[in-house]
Amino acid sequence: MPPVVEARALTKRFGTFTAVDGIDVEVARGEAFGFLGPNGAGKTSAMRMIGAASPVTDGHLRVLGMDPETHGAEIRARLGVVPQEDALDQELTVAENLAIYGRYFDLPRAVIRERIDELLEFVQLSERRRQRVDPLSGGMKRRVVIARALINDPEVMLLDEPTTGLDPQARHVLWDRLFQLQQRGITLLLTTHYMDEAEQLCDRLVVMDAGRIVAEGGPSALIAAHATREVVELRLGPEADAPASVALLEGTGHRVEALPDRILVYADDGDALVREVHARGLQPTAVLTRRATLEDVFLRLTGRALVD
Amino acid sequence: MATPIPLRVLEGHARAYRHTWRGTTIGAIATPVLFLTAMGLGLGQLVDDRGTGALGELSYLAWLTPGLLAASAMQAGAADGTFPVLAGTRWVKTYHTAVASPVRPRDLHLGNLLWAAIRISVIGVVFVVVAAAFGAVPLHRGLLALGPAVLTGVAFCAALSAGVVLLLRDQFLAGLNRFVVVPLFLFSGTFFPVEQLPPAAGAIARALPLWHGVELTRALALGTSPALAWPVHLGVVVALLVAGVVAGTVTFDRRLRP
Ligand SMILES: Nc1ncnc2c1ncn2[C@@H]1O[C@H](COP(=O)(O)OP(=O)(O)OP(=O)(O)O)[C@@H](O)[C@H]1O
Ligand SMILES: [Mg+2]
Repeated sequence: MPPVVEARALTKRFGTFTAVDGIDVEVARGEAFGFLGPNGAGKTSAMRMIGAASPVTDGHLRVLGMDPETHGAEIRARLGVVPQEDALDQELTVAENLAIYGRYFDLPRAVIRERIDELLEFVQLSERRRQRVDPLSGGMKRRVVIARALINDPEVMLLDEPTTGLDPQARHVLWDRLFQLQQRGITLLLTTHYMDEAEQLCDRLVVMDAGRIVAEGGPSALIAAHATREVVELRLGPEADAPASVALLEGTGHRVEALPDRILVYADDGDALVREVHARGLQPTAVLTRRATLEDVFLRLTGRALVD
Repeated sequence: MATPIPLRVLEGHARAYRHTWRGTTIGAIATPVLFLTAMGLGLGQLVDDRGTGALGELSYLAWLTPGLLAASAMQAGAADGTFPVLAGTRWVKTYHTAVASPVRPRDLHLGNLLWAAIRISVIGVVFVVVAAAFGAVPLHRGLLALGPAVLTGVAFCAALSAGVVLLLRDQFLAGLNRFVVVPLFLFSGTFFPVEQLPPAAGAIARALPLWHGVELTRALALGTSPALAWPVHLGVVVALLVAGVVAGTVTFDRRLRP
């Protein structure tokens, strides 16, 4: 069976601006694959090309073994798309939104009715079936969109920032549903700028910045390759001399990173490092030792924070 | 057999319509009926008393009715070619949802036009029945005249949606109504013959597609001959429709598949 996505030197330009700058991606069946990157990295542009919803400017792309240029409708018939914006018809009921979308796939009306029952059960919105979309909460709307994307029983789901803007509880509910979908064998492609989301959901991911892939691998492998096991965050008082403090920290850990509000020191043993910091006479107002995350990987690779 | 994709889009409109028909259809029917009453009966008395030689010795009401039918169809088509299109691309973004499915941008355009044809026909039938009850037109002639009126409305819908789909802001809308739709409505031989206009303005009015639609509709409603040969009038309206369909195929794609 061909891979779900096979992209080589995939490029998207808008006029002279290059949004996706020659990326290589291969996604196997059943995988959960993520595009992690900050605003404007080109995640949506890449997803839209893969979703056969935007023409490829340059490079090679096959989705489910087909060329989106010539087989766009066939590809889209087998995908479930959760766009960055919900784009639900707020005037209509939950069920009507799903039914209209289902008819776009030419599903028989009886099949649609059955699937709506199952899917609303799956996203825990059965009792909202006949209610208008408008008054639903953000998390509920997102679940309606997931149900809508599943109406054609897709093999692959494209999720563009599935949980952005939701509160932690709503995000966990969504993650749980997505995990279940992956258990059923559905391939998940998602974009996110939350490292915890990527760590939760993705078997493998690429880190994107300014249209390029700057790193690729499993979440823990990426952390092992580009960060240390632990990170010590030091907050200094407002009157502290940051450059002098950084100079003082030189050689205490593997690497020292000065952010506007704090200093990060990367080390294999955080507690030992904290003792060393105090031994050198530095007196931070707050000290936090934590495990390294993909956020640190991103900072390492681009010199910038992921979420600003 | 697979349902042709534009028909799936049409079905979506029909399903959504259950929630929106009050707002859109009642207005579209009430307005021409109000015009018919005020202009046809009220103003018509005055006009008829002064003599209607310029109208071919018809009552003003009889002369006005087909003009109003065609112009209202144009207005309904223009409405369908603006608000729903902006909702689809900008306000609700339902078009972006649709093109993630097997629906292509051009299917949306065609499906929208089929829907507009149905909606304008329904509005037209109600108008003709009311007008026939007023004695403004024989029912069978009024129904016959629906053909060119609906064609005119759909042609305007096609042409306008082809442009509106590219709009990135809403401001343009008010101008479109004020400077395009309303002047067309007033000056295309709807309320008075274009011969009444100064010659230059009359020439402009004759060049506009709505006048040709009005001429066709009026000729069928009254059983007379139109100002120019039938194929000329029909040709202009069909040309507008074809141009709108072809242009929309390109512009919908440009907007929805960036
Ligand atoms: N239709 C378009 N026309 C012109 N430029 C565009 C278009 N769509 C996207 N861009 C530009 O391409 C770049 C990448 O945008 P894209 O939406 O792919 O980023 P993203 O990674 O999804 O960002 P975000 O996290 O904000 O959603 C941005 O600079 C954006 O302004
Ligand atoms: Mg995006």
